[in-house]
Amino acid sequence: MKGTLSSVVIKQEWDIVGARQAGRQVSQDLGFGSVDQARIATAISELARNIYLYTEEGEITFEQVRDIPKVGLKIIAQDQGPGIKDLSAVMKDGYSTSGGLGAGLPGVKRLMDHFDLESDENGTKVTAIKWAR
Amino acid sequence: MSSIESDMQNYKELLSQYLQTRNEAILYQAEQFSKQSIQQNISPDEIVNVHYEALEEVMPDMGERVRDSFQFLIETMIAYGLAYQEHQVLREKQIELRSEIGVAANMQETLLKTTIPSDEKVDIGVKSVPAKEMNGDYHHFIKDEDGNIGIAIADVIGKGVPAAFCMSMIKFAMESFSENEINPQRILDSLNRVVGRNVEEGMFVTMFYGFYDTTDHQFYYASAGHEPCYILRYDTGKFEEIDAKGLLLGVSNDVSYEERQVDIRSGDLIILLTDGVTECRVDDRFIEQEEVLDIINQYAHLDAQGIVEGVFQYFERLQDFQLRDDFTLLVMKRKD
Repeated sequence: MKGTLSSVVIKQEWDIVGARQAGRQVSQDLGFGSVDQARIATAISELARNIYLYTEEGEITFEQVRDIPKVGLKIIAQDQGPGIKDLSAVMKDGYSTSGGLGAGLPGVKRLMDHFDLESDENGTKVTAIKWAR
Repeated sequence: MSSIESDMQNYKELLSQYLQTRNEAILYQAEQFSKQSIQQNISPDEIVNVHYEALEEVMPDMGERVRDSFQFLIETMIAYGLAYQEHQVLREKQIELRSEIGVAANMQETLLKTTIPSDEKVDIGVKSVPAKEMNGDYHHFIKDEDGNIGIAIADVIGKGVPAAFCMSMIKFAMESFSENEINPQRILDSLNRVVGRNVEEGMFVTMFYGFYDTTDHQFYYASAGHEPCYILRYDTGKFEEIDAKGLLLGVSNDVSYEERQVDIRSGDLIILLTDGVTECRVDDRFIEQEEVLDIINQYAHLDAQGIVEGVFQYFERLQDFQLRDDFTLLVMKRKD
């Protein structure tokens, strides 16, 4: 079973909070504990902030995933921005944090159980899954 | 997972015992708990959560506001947890890099190994110690078939890995000269071209090349911007600066180095060094050149190796056993 639970358009900084809010709601519904909720919210913040900072507009979509007996939350962050040129550089520890920009994409990867990144000149798509315990 | 659960149980017990007794011994156990958690890579946000969950059981009557405040604290700690995990990864990477550099340093040591020629007329001693793991100083001996001795001492401006790379290149260039055409001027002339061609702008090498003729005890030499070298005369007990001028290697392609010669008498000491010796820093001040010569003088009665060891130990101690720059000191003493 699989289905879109909700999605949030990211255009302004304020939308980051909206995405967190939506993500927290669905993770509560899926039965995530308080620490995992906080982790998911932080991951959403990172993804949404990347869209807000580097592109005109993007969207964060939440889906429920099931891998019997596990239930999980899939977050998809997609934009039509300029794309990331050097993928391995942004996935390297210390790349964004050293400038104080935040946890960066390696942080998102750590916060979640599964992480995937695709990017070309037409945009970037990040997919991340967290399984409920 | 199971270890976190058993730790969780442990934490809850410690917490409830402490709330009842306020016993110092339990605080000590809490300290052990945190050390254990660090070993197991448990991040700060997880500890806050463990505390919150333990509190739920130990103090079921805590109010809604306190509960909410824990949610707030956990949110705040998530970023610290990430920073902590990243720190762990970077630390492992650093250990990895350090061991890699250690291997490279060993390789360099093997690569730059040179044997001190044994000779009945001249006694030679050398001490070369890098400030970091890789040595940017270089020295090399060669003996021709007539028993004359060629001797090179060089210093790359800069330290660490780039300096070590540059040094290896010099070593290979030196090896291309035949043993029987040791000529300080010619050697510096061609090394200058090698360095100019192969090294990025802004990296320079200073070098002193000497040739000791063991038959008539003439010392021929040329210098490419190297630190002044000295002769300690046995009969007067005075130092003479070895008079040599020349541009650093790699600065300009059309340089011809000037070769000079000096007469070495019985008991005289030739002292060659790098700026790690003369620019030895104590607190914020550089030591004076006279101080270096004074110290050399104090050990001058020893054999050549005894002198360099003695001087090195003196300066190592003076700098609190932490060299600021690569240190190379080389002495030749005429025996007969």
